[in-house]
Amino acid sequence: MSEILAYGFMQRALMAAIFVGLLCSTLSFFVVLKRLSFLGAGISHTALGGIAIGLVLGIDPIITGSVFAVGTAMSTGYISRIGRVGEDTVIGIYYATGMALGIALISSFKGYYPELFALLFGNILSVTVRDLAIMAVVLVFVLLFVILFFKELLAICFDEEMAIAGGLPVNLIYMGLLAAMGLTVIVSIQLVGVVLVAALIVIPGAISFRLSKNYRGMLWLSLLFGLGGSVGGLFISYFFPVPPGAAIVLILAVAFALTMVLKPIFESGHRKTLLDK
Amino acid sequence: MVEKVVVAENLSVLLGRRKVLEDISFTVMRGQLTGVIGPNGAGKTTLLRAILGLVQVESGELNVLGYSKIDLKEVRPKIGYMPQLQSFEKRFPFSVADVVATGLLSPKTLFRRHVNLKKRISQALRSVGMENYILEPFQDLSGGEQQRVLLARSIVRKPELLLLDEPNSGLDFPAQRLFMELLISLKTEENLAVVLVSHDLVSVASFADQLVCINRTMHLHGSPLDVLNSPHLDEAYRCQFDLLSSTIGKERYEN
Ligand SMILES: Nc1ncnc2c1ncn2[C@@H]1O[C@H](COP(=O)(O)OP(=O)(O)OP(=O)(O)O)[C@@H](O)[C@H]1O
Ligand SMILES: [Mg+2]
Repeated sequence: MSEILAYGFMQRALMAAIFVGLLCSTLSFFVVLKRLSFLGAGISHTALGGIAIGLVLGIDPIITGSVFAVGTAMSTGYISRIGRVGEDTVIGIYYATGMALGIALISSFKGYYPELFALLFGNILSVTVRDLAIMAVVLVFVLLFVILFFKELLAICFDEEMAIAGGLPVNLIYMGLLAAMGLTVIVSIQLVGVVLVAALIVIPGAISFRLSKNYRGMLWLSLLFGLGGSVGGLFISYFFPVPPGAAIVLILAVAFALTMVLKPIFESGHRKTLLDK
Repeated sequence: MVEKVVVAENLSVLLGRRKVLEDISFTVMRGQLTGVIGPNGAGKTTLLRAILGLVQVESGELNVLGYSKIDLKEVRPKIGYMPQLQSFEKRFPFSVADVVATGLLSPKTLFRRHVNLKKRISQALRSVGMENYILEPFQDLSGGEQQRVLLARSIVRKPELLLLDEPNSGLDFPAQRLFMELLISLKTEENLAVVLVSHDLVSVASFADQLVCINRTMHLHGSPLDVLNSPHLDEAYRCQFDLLSSTIGKERYEN
């Protein structure tokens, strides 16, 4: 163990895995409760277009990518609330357009091919100190937002009509959540890539949703699985010839499959109803 | 003490370019149960949302608890609301107490905890007879039990006006009866004004103090017996109500 961490790139990769694991599992909790998983996939694929623009124009791709990701997330929410077009339709259009733009731009500049592969499937071992700093800033912002508006976010996920009727600033908070999703997806792309990031913001929440009927339990489990998956996947990829992104997603997928089998056992121990007493 | 809680005069509401409500006038008194009936798409939900200030009033007057139509936003904390069933997430990791607690959220509770949270929640649950379920997962309750918890959620903020949108749908007959009796006792204890939207004409007619029948425009407004026996009821629903209006009256139902 200690010998692995003697490498600087592994130390940075571990830090990145922890940051991204925390970020994704926190958002995953809300993504599952508010049924935003398709939006997650949509944001990441659209971001590819933004990143490509950055690469081609020589602007930092994290900036152009963030603009695209946050823009996609917030405008999807806005359009589906104002217009008569469903959220899934808007995402479906963004998704393909962003991806097409990305592929078109990147492949017209031959030299960028290696970067395309890293973008699609992640390259955690090349994380720099600057990347880590950006992740940390996003983590702080997202956690602050979630902690400040936690009960309101829950109420909106449970029953939006009631939250509006109660006078809560529902649109503002919802847009904040979408922006947090956009930023999380962007910084996570480095770890698992455009294609796999959607899994990272869905599976931890999905596993914990199956295991807990209590939101506190669900949140802790989501954090546990998110961190366990990202750090575990990193170590597996050190010992086996599997890219970290794929290893992380596969671990989480296996964990999800296990909950299908284990849930009945887990439940029988945990269910305590009035009738049982 | 008789006091006007809601006064609507020639109220009209536009949704998009469509006139959903037109020329509606009625008054809701404190301590009274007002039943709102009308066919699907008549604008009943829209009427409740107008009272909450969630949709704009196009013309006419609407006064709720002393607030005029332009500052209805301010009146929301004084109103308890139970939206039409489908509005909440069915499998949500909330306990019964969590569900009731969401009824206390308002702009005032942003960035802070509510004081007396536990006491308020158990009080509300006690008044709907669900205090023994306080820690149960909400998703494990039956439909009727969930309805009672949602009623507790709408009264936990101690409202002066209660707006209920088809709270009875999906309940079996005894559960409906129980729910209505619960509502009546709450209304009497707290001297609440209650506006109840329902498709169960028999049940509303037997419990309500007055009925408002709408279908875009208002057709009838008065005591339950007058409304149900009116020849205009058929017109509002655009179908024949022979059976209902000829055989069912308040006296018959009650014995
Ligand atoms: N945002 C909107 N834009 C345009 N029309 C709308 C909008 N929302 C609702 N409507 C229309 O307004 C009418 C009244 O709707 P409302 O939900 O108030 O009816 P309702 O009486 O509650 O019906 P139900 O008994 O089915 O619940 C319907 O014809 C509906 O199609
Ligand atoms: Mg309705």
